[in-house]
Amino acid sequence: MQDQANTETGATPSWEPRIVAFFCNWCTYTAADLAGVSRMRYAPNVRVIRVMCTGRVDPQFVLDAFAKGADGVLIGGCHPGDCHYIEGNYKALRRVEFLRRVLDDLGIEPERLRLEWISASEGDRVRVAVNGLTETVRALGPLDLRARHTKADLEVHVGVEPHMNLEVAAHA
Amino acid sequence: MPEKPKIGFYWCGSCGGCEESVVDLAMDLVMVVDAVDIVFFPVGMDFKREDVEAMPDGALAACFINGCIRTSEQEEMAGLLRRKSGALIAYGSCASSGGIPGLANQFSREQILAFVYGASPSTHNEAGTRPETQVCVNGHALTLPALRERVRSLDQVVDVDYYLPGCPPTPQLLKQAVVALLEGKLPEKGTVLAPDVALCEQCPRSETKPSDLKYTEFRRPHLTKMDPTKCFLAQGIVCMGPATRGGCEAQCIVGNMPCSGCFGPTSRVRDQGAKMMSHLAASVAAQTPEETRKILSGIPDPVGTLYRYSLPKSLLRGVPPAKTKEANPS
Repeated sequence: MQDQANTETGATPSWEPRIVAFFCNWCTYTAADLAGVSRMRYAPNVRVIRVMCTGRVDPQFVLDAFAKGADGVLIGGCHPGDCHYIEGNYKALRRVEFLRRVLDDLGIEPERLRLEWISASEGDRVRVAVNGLTETVRALGPLDLRARHTKADLEVHVGVEPHMNLEVAAHA
Repeated sequence: MPEKPKIGFYWCGSCGGCEESVVDLAMDLVMVVDAVDIVFFPVGMDFKREDVEAMPDGALAACFINGCIRTSEQEEMAGLLRRKSGALIAYGSCASSGGIPGLANQFSREQILAFVYGASPSTHNEAGTRPETQVCVNGHALTLPALRERVRSLDQVVDVDYYLPGCPPTPQLLKQAVVALLEGKLPEKGTVLAPDVALCEQCPRSETKPSDLKYTEFRRPHLTKMDPTKCFLAQGIVCMGPATRGGCEAQCIVGNMPCSGCFGPTSRVRDQGAKMMSHLAASVAAQTPEETRKILSGIPDPVGTLYRYSLPKSLLRGVPPAKTKEANPS
């Protein structure tokens, strides 16, 4: 069946948002576990990566996720004051603020990147956060960076033909 | 007498500063000219494209190409010189990572043409004339190379063997590269021919760099009386040193200007701007989004500051290309 693309967002009916999540080992990752054993249902669009602290989330990870096909990135860490390493979550907060500004400058909706504070006991907040970002990204449509760059690179031609100017001169 | 190795220098989308750095070899240039045959160097010597085309493939031991790639002609020349060269070296920031012209990847080609040939305050172009790839003047067909949508680094267009970064590279690094080439001691393919350490490690002010930087405000060089002995970051001035490769002899620092990042990142970093963003943001003295934004507002142009020389080679490569390709006007 031919997918009819939404002209505004570029989304086809079969498109599903792809969310990469970086969850802190000490809080949100455990909360996601809790959500699982509590049989809570949340959007299956998320791919969770466990990190030891949100302070370990290098801005390169976020940009790499977008560059490799993510439509949204969710970072989940400990509430302010609760960081296992004292202030890793504050570093994450500040990096996300800066990243969102740079993303905006580079024409990528900053809403695609979200930071949430979720403690180990807050399984339901994982559900709300994942569903919330999935719906936000669904409304924004696919980011599709890799395909867009691949397509844009089709303009490159390194083939060596006789130079245009010389050819014209020869025929003049 | 055995034949001397042939080398070439070529420029693509560049300012000419890289050529200057070749001439800046000064007396060492005599050594270079003695040891090699320069067979292609459009800025300095009268060789034409046909001369290169007439050479057998691989005839050049090495070719140093500077400048970004944005036109069809630059792509062709890159392709031609790739075929003719044993080692192809991306010379300077533009060829290595897109350079200053790469900042154009924040805009579409249409936006750029509309501004330059229309909206810019100094432009009077009532006829709306724009460069065309082909135009007929008095019955003669004149052609120009096509301007591409995007700026690219050399290695985004052809296979590159080595990188010699800098805006421009130092004569010292060029000399080392030529000597390595002559002695057959070039390192593994893909190597950046500059030290693999951050500039901070070579900085004459490194002893004044605090181990725990805390930014309460950012100040801009032209609005600040800068202490000529103290670490720029300790003065709240963005200096790309922590995220930038050394090897430049810290020339900007010695001239009392902060590093702007022209040597690109070290081998451990993929995205120079992101790495610097990481450092700056992590060290902002704030614990709320509002305070953070306020302090970071002291950096008015993050993309132009963090990605000044590397936008096309960064992870995002600039503003994404349009989802549906605009109608090609040329």
